Amino acid sequence: MDNLFSSGFIFGHMNYWLFVVLMMTGLYIVVSRGNLLKKVVGLNLFQAAVFMLYISMGKVAGGTAPILTGNPDEVYSNPLPHVLILTAIVVGIATTSLGLALIVRINESYGTIEEDEVLALDQQQERDELAALEEEVLKSK
Amino acid sequence: MSALVNHSLILVVLIPLLAAPLCMLFGNRAVAFWISFFASLFALILSLHLLLMVIDGDVLSYHLGGWAPPLGIEYRVDAANALVLLIVSAISTVVLPYARVSIKDEIAEHHHTLFFACYMLCFTGLLGVAITGDAFNVFVFLEISSLSTYVLVALGANKDKRALSAAYDYLILGTIGATFFVIGLGLIYMSTGTLNMVDLSQRLAPLEDNKTVRTAFAFIVIGMGLKIAIYPLHRWLPGAYTYAPSAISAFLAATATKVAIYVVLRFMFSVFSAKFGFELDTVRLIFFPFAIIAMFAASLIAVYQVNLKRLLAYSSIAQIGYMLLGVALFSSAGLTATMAHLFNHAITKGAMFMAVGAIIMRIGSPLLPKMAGLGRQMPWTSAAIVLGGLSLIGVPGTAGFVSKWLLLTAAFQQGYWFIALLIVASSLLAVIYVWKCVETLYLTPSTSNVAVAEAPLSLLVPTYVLVIATIWFGLDASTITVASQTAAESLIGGGYGGEATVMGVEGRK
Repeated sequence: MDNLFSSGFIFGHMNYWLFVVLMMTGLYIVVSRGNLLKKVVGLNLFQAAVFMLYISMGKVAGGTAPILTGNPDEVYSNPLPHVLILTAIVVGIATTSLGLALIVRINESYGTIEEDEVLALDQQQERDELAALEEEVLKSK
Repeated sequence: MSALVNHSLILVVLIPLLAAPLCMLFGNRAVAFWISFFASLFALILSLHLLLMVIDGDVLSYHLGGWAPPLGIEYRVDAANALVLLIVSAISTVVLPYARVSIKDEIAEHHHTLFFACYMLCFTGLLGVAITGDAFNVFVFLEISSLSTYVLVALGANKDKRALSAAYDYLILGTIGATFFVIGLGLIYMSTGTLNMVDLSQRLAPLEDNKTVRTAFAFIVIGMGLKIAIYPLHRWLPGAYTYAPSAISAFLAATATKVAIYVVLRFMFSVFSAKFGFELDTVRLIFFPFAIIAMFAASLIAVYQVNLKRLLAYSSIAQIGYMLLGVALFSSAGLTATMAHLFNHAITKGAMFMAVGAIIMRIGSPLLPKMAGLGRQMPWTSAAIVLGGLSLIGVPGTAGFVSKWLLLTAAFQQGYWFIALLIVASSLLAVIYVWKCVETLYLTPSTSNVAVAEAPLSLLVPTYVLVIATIWFGLDASTITVASQTAAESLIGGGYGGEATVMGVEGRK
């Protein structure tokens, strides 16, 4: 247990600690905020944290950018996780833009982007439908 | 011709992928339909061909660009994913002609080409997830299919604005799921340095006690659990299925969750080893209880639904419980039941959602009380719902019976008679909600005096293709059982990682 609190464990893994903090902050915002826009911001933060995880993973101590220089002893970072995360960044952008587009449409149809108000309007519509249904049944009798 | 066969593993994904931009370029609704229909039919023929090639337990491998794995990306097909490919492409081919007619009422005219383009992208994504042998590729294809699914669900907003909030919920939860999955992939890449599934399984084998590997497994299972809609993670499902356009409800209910279940199976058995103790714990402590809760709770909620589409959505969650139960039994027989149920539930639910869509097109509402007495006015459509319902319950002679029988046998084989009892008991709940539909359709007098015409043939024919398939595979159980058995053997016996026939180009290192 002693190495758990050593400075190496804390500072040596700084990237990963930040990843965890950022990821949990993002996830917390998604869960706790009622504003649909803020949820998307939280989701973005959550995804950005994962980008950090992948980028840290590819880092080789003392390594440079992975470009062929002709020097066989050149130490360079692992480019693969970086390439992988480029894909994930594109996916993140697509998700964000789609989420924002949906929010615009929700605002147009519901007139609000607060989750509880949207939910209340949904439930209201459901109640209205059922009331109309009952009326119809009564009328036919 | 031989080139077509040699490259069939990549073509099955490539043709639908190319069809999507083509739909957009032509910009004509009829042309877009035919392009997507032929792309889908082509994928169906290829996946049928692939299934026939691997049904004896062979494994096919395709090296993208001729670059040999593990460095290059590999597509790898065994009986398990060939069966999933067949499910996805068959359902898509049947749903497309239905969609051509059903979206006329539901989606604005100028969005129709977009609809087909998105549909093709979703289709590509689902096929890609199933066929690929590269772990990161799974994530990429998963996001292709998910993003287009969010759009397709949101297209239902033309009729009911609640589709928007449903699509938004799905987007948030789906993205959290996919991000968890990608964290898991990152962690296994960290501990092994590879992403090829076969290579991963070899390098992960000695790492059972590695904490990073265990964490990765947890992230992957929870991430995919959100996509599968395992019971407590199912919040997005009822809304998305209820408010999506009818054709999309049918397509999603029949394919999307099935593909996610396949991914979990692939990771549990082919990437991580079934010998890992933590995997057994996961199955015993998480899958078992939640599968059983899903079977009962979701069926019970379904009983109280007024909206028929929502009722079917909750029934789907319950049926996912049966599939997970097969996994939880952790045996070859259990997996056979799961694979068979993937197929049988896909055709059953597909048929039912399509029949409900036909009713909605005629009466304009998915609410059950409005359907009172429709059995007389829409006899064929109502009969399709009843036949599908019988398969959901598991009445002998329908496809649902075959997979439930396999599941019961698997439970008895391990001496879990109590589980078998629970399976039967939960089927009784299915009897209640199916009876509710039958009662409304046939026994309740109609409340309105407006005459309702039978659904047009263009909707009835695709629906009945699946209804007849439901009965066909109920009477001839051997075909699908053999395929499922081979699939289960390949998963649990590690056949996936064994010798593979290399198709297409090879040689570049």
